[in-house]
Amino acid sequence: MEQFALEVEDLVMHFGPVRAVDGVTLRVRQGSVVALVGESGSGKSTVGRCIVRLLEPTGGTIRLADADVTHLNRRQLRPHRRDVSIVFQDPAGSLDPRLSVGDIVGEPLRLMRRKDIPAKVSEALRRVGLRPEVANRSPHELSGGQRQRVSIARALISEPRLLVADEPTSALDVSVQAAVLNLLADLQRDLGFACLFITHDLSAVEYLADEVAVMYLGQLVEQGPRARIFGVPAHPYTQALLSAAPVPDPAEQRARKPVLLGDDLPSAIDPPSGCRFHTRCPVAVDKCRTVVPESRVIGEGGHQVACHLVSDDGTGPDVRTVEGATP
Amino acid sequence: MKPVLEVKDLSVTFRTEDGKLSAVDRVSLEVGDGEVLAVVGESGCGKSVTAMSIAGLLPRTANVDGSVKLDGTELIGADKRTLRSIRGREVAYIFQEPMTSLNPVFTVGHQIGEVLRTHVGLSRQAARARSIELLKLVGIPSAERRVSDYPHQLSGGMRQRVMIAMAVACDPKVLIADEPTTALDVTIQAGILDVLRGLRERLGTSIVLITHDLGVVADLADRVAVMYAGRVVETAQVHELFANPQHPYTAGLLGASPAAGRHAETHRLNEIPGLVPLLSEQPDACTFADRCPRAVDFCTTSQPQLTTGQHQVACWNPVREPVEV
Repeated sequence: MEQFALEVEDLVMHFGPVRAVDGVTLRVRQGSVVALVGESGSGKSTVGRCIVRLLEPTGGTIRLADADVTHLNRRQLRPHRRDVSIVFQDPAGSLDPRLSVGDIVGEPLRLMRRKDIPAKVSEALRRVGLRPEVANRSPHELSGGQRQRVSIARALISEPRLLVADEPTSALDVSVQAAVLNLLADLQRDLGFACLFITHDLSAVEYLADEVAVMYLGQLVEQGPRARIFGVPAHPYTQALLSAAPVPDPAEQRARKPVLLGDDLPSAIDPPSGCRFHTRCPVAVDKCRTVVPESRVIGEGGHQVACHLVSDDGTGPDVRTVEGATP
Repeated sequence: MKPVLEVKDLSVTFRTEDGKLSAVDRVSLEVGDGEVLAVVGESGCGKSVTAMSIAGLLPRTANVDGSVKLDGTELIGADKRTLRSIRGREVAYIFQEPMTSLNPVFTVGHQIGEVLRTHVGLSRQAARARSIELLKLVGIPSAERRVSDYPHQLSGGMRQRVMIAMAVACDPKVLIADEPTTALDVTIQAGILDVLRGLRERLGTSIVLITHDLGVVADLADRVAVMYAGRVVETAQVHELFANPQHPYTAGLLGASPAAGRHAETHRLNEIPGLVPLLSEQPDACTFADRCPRAVDFCTTSQPQLTTGQHQVACWNPVREPVEV
């Protein structure tokens, strides 16, 4: 039987009337990297916060290495805390300014009452490319990239099976972002943890992810192996996302024609009927407005899509080549 | 061709508790009629300070030297009245964050109209009619209805379109767009870039595009100036710059930018080791030297000046061969 570090089934998270996450099913194999991609308001960070149980889901189940943690209370969660760690987007806001770097990185081990903490902290810092002396410094003395390395060291010191990385490089400059992405890729390969990489930037995950899941307005619209999502994206939204990100090559970029979706992102309080993407979809038909599309497998590696217009063998419209299509 | 905007030896220093900080160091830029100049660089490179000093928006703690000429009129040291008649009318500014730049208690029609009443002296009614036209120009659907909306009723992309409508209300000669799409999602960004492209084509507006995103540069710019630690290190036509980056920093930045379909095989991005230097006194050296893979002894003792010509680079040991990125 295949081993999963994470199994999320039909996850629902509502905040009062806001349906932030509405039925997400997602699995991360042991030692593999899944990128969860979506734009602001898609609910991708909420999924991450449910997984590390900073939030208690409204519905569905979350299994970490075969243990159901969906509704465990703080005390019951404690033995599972070492199985999963999270790295946040803003390293300045997620490191306690009153603690030294060494205390921050060692804290998970202290909570687990481990021994030899200073030695393990030095090792963890060295692993993320920081000198052990950094342990005596304060977070504010470090640069943004160094702080994010500290966050990563803290997240990995308990040797979790799963790392949830929530936009870990979005606040960083391009040159620093490259170093942090490379570091995460190296660590993942060397230590073999599974990773859910949450991001709005498809291009940043292409060389990191084994699988990609695309989220729109609280639901997954497409998921599958990296090569399939980048090579033969089936959902119009995935296609639009891929076409919208400008590439740093003037000749190539000017030959492309981004799919324009219109500016109005519907509200998660009152999501559109039928397919939630229909209000911005350039190729939507009547059925899309009334019938909710089920997610189904359309290709190898468990490539799934939730769109009426894609046939079972994965053929369907490509909005990148549809002329004059407007929502 | 005579440039519309001519920045020469612009230096900006700030007085702070920690002493004098040099944010911009002898920057020279030119923007031709209807040209899009991208000023690209990472946080703290001085790109926004450069832009703000062009529009005269810097606080009193800033000490600005050098010259900024708009169609021959000197803006640095100009009196308040001259600046007021130029700002918003001849030079317009779009900020990164459209929510905090719009006034939440007035309708968007009122805010666009204010520009027209102040600078062009239009009546309330004429201003409203022109506001609707402008909203259509920037691609806002049902403009007649939207003109009465308050900012909170609009999405982020719509708000940025409103900001652009306000900025071009008086048909400015130069539009400064400071990270106009950074706060927006990529699917929204594509639409905003389209609007800017349309303005240049239809109105012939010159645009100074401030950005950190090389994809945006590749999409929109005619010419590019790369800034690093307060200085322009390289400038060239956009195709030339991407094909033959000569400054090692430019080459590094290009290699570090993730782009779909480029890194899948190598499984690695190029890194630029080290950190951006602090903005204290500008040393008599290349500020990139300690991070530079091509640095030679000379780089730490003497500051390289920009070469002349179409493709200018400030480097003692520039990259000559085309780089694979």
